[in-house]
Amino acid sequence: MALVEIRDVHKTFGKVEVLKGVSLDVEEGEIVTIIGRSGSGKSTLLRCINALESVDSGEIRVEGERVHAKMPDLKKFRQRVGIVFQAFNLFPHLKVERNVTLAPLLTGRTDKARARALAEDVLARVGLADKIDAWPEQLSGGQQQRVAIARCLAMAPHLMLFDEVTSALDPELVGEVLKVMEAMAKQGMTMILVTHEMGFARNVANRIVFMHQGRVWEQGPPAKLFASPETPELASFIASAK
Amino acid sequence: MRSFSLIDFVSLFAALRWTVALVVLALGFGAPLALGLAMGRISRFAGLRWTMAACIQIVQSVPLLGLLFFFYFGMPVFLGIQVPALVAVTVAYTLYTAAFLGEIWRGGLEAVKQAQWEAGACLGVSAWQQFRHIIAPQALRLSLPPTVGFLVQLIKGTSLASILGFVELARAGQVVSAATFQPLLTYALVAAIYFALCLPFTLWSRSLEARLDGSR
Repeated sequence: MALVEIRDVHKTFGKVEVLKGVSLDVEEGEIVTIIGRSGSGKSTLLRCINALESVDSGEIRVEGERVHAKMPDLKKFRQRVGIVFQAFNLFPHLKVERNVTLAPLLTGRTDKARARALAEDVLARVGLADKIDAWPEQLSGGQQQRVAIARCLAMAPHLMLFDEVTSALDPELVGEVLKVMEAMAKQGMTMILVTHEMGFARNVANRIVFMHQGRVWEQGPPAKLFASPETPELASFIASAK
Repeated sequence: MRSFSLIDFVSLFAALRWTVALVVLALGFGAPLALGLAMGRISRFAGLRWTMAACIQIVQSVPLLGLLFFFYFGMPVFLGIQVPALVAVTVAYTLYTAAFLGEIWRGGLEAVKQAQWEAGACLGVSAWQQFRHIIAPQALRLSLPPTVGFLVQLIKGTSLASILGFVELARAGQVVSAATFQPLLTYALVAAIYFALCLPFTLWSRSLEARLDGSR
């Protein structure tokens, strides 16, 4: 059984059908990168996996459990599925340490005595151990995004979703965030990313999913997909992304 | 007529008790109500939102004097109940405080980005915890200056209670002024006491703002 099973998912916003029957499986430990033009439904699909949006028809299962906005243990579910956004959404009124430990403390995952050690551990994993006592505003965009990743890691999720996490960053800060994600990938974290970073998609992902007009248009291992796209849409997308 | 003496000082400061008592009562009952109103105004339930908005609108559009008259003079006429002056005053100031503070705090809550709720939700934190630990602290900082501004308004607004016979600071000033025939000195003194009462709050608000500001 795949960790994530997506079956014939449809989703409409007003009159616009954003997802037109998407099916996709993601195995444990797999790094799947979703690429496609804006408006192709990538981000919506990601938000559906985390029940931030509910699907109109079809179903999504994570670890066998059916995902929807009214699932009885939604809170528990979201503790297992981390999501990082384009806008980092750190809590500006809390120091980095509290940003990372707030949710573990509130959900009983850790206690006051062990919280500091937990923060030190996850911040070290994103290379920001020295920023534990800083305020979010004192950090660069790349550092803030790494704190946001650490904040997710503190919940020990089984699956991480990344929604264009480098799109809001200055070009010179993109690398540090991608490096952290690459390290997570090597440690076996299951990851689904929506990204415009073709280099990262090519080098780190196990599989590329090309979405077009609300459908999974083409998918496969990066080497094959980039070298010999089967559809003209993907070919033109790759050409334009270069 | 007699000259201004120590006894006049004492009577002014004794009257100050009522000013303070009215403020404490208004805040003690009004602030929790204001919090409820503010939370109701940002609720997902449209019915609740509209009800709260209507209550606030009504209270805000009636002059404070009107509220005082309504509960003290109006209740016996409309409902046949004679309310003790203290109860009438407490109810009027409570509603007044709740309506204005409620709107101030709603503004603060709404000024916090929606994405902050979402960030909390995505970490598996309950809606109440999101409010309590993520939204409310940020909203508090944003609404602190107008909250203290309102508090100062309230302190001065307690002078209206003199109309129902409360000998608070302003009324005591009138009495002393009439007895000593020195209105200029008396009212200058009354003004100085009001000033001394309000100033600490303004200063406190500034220091609190600085302390709650995460970036400093």
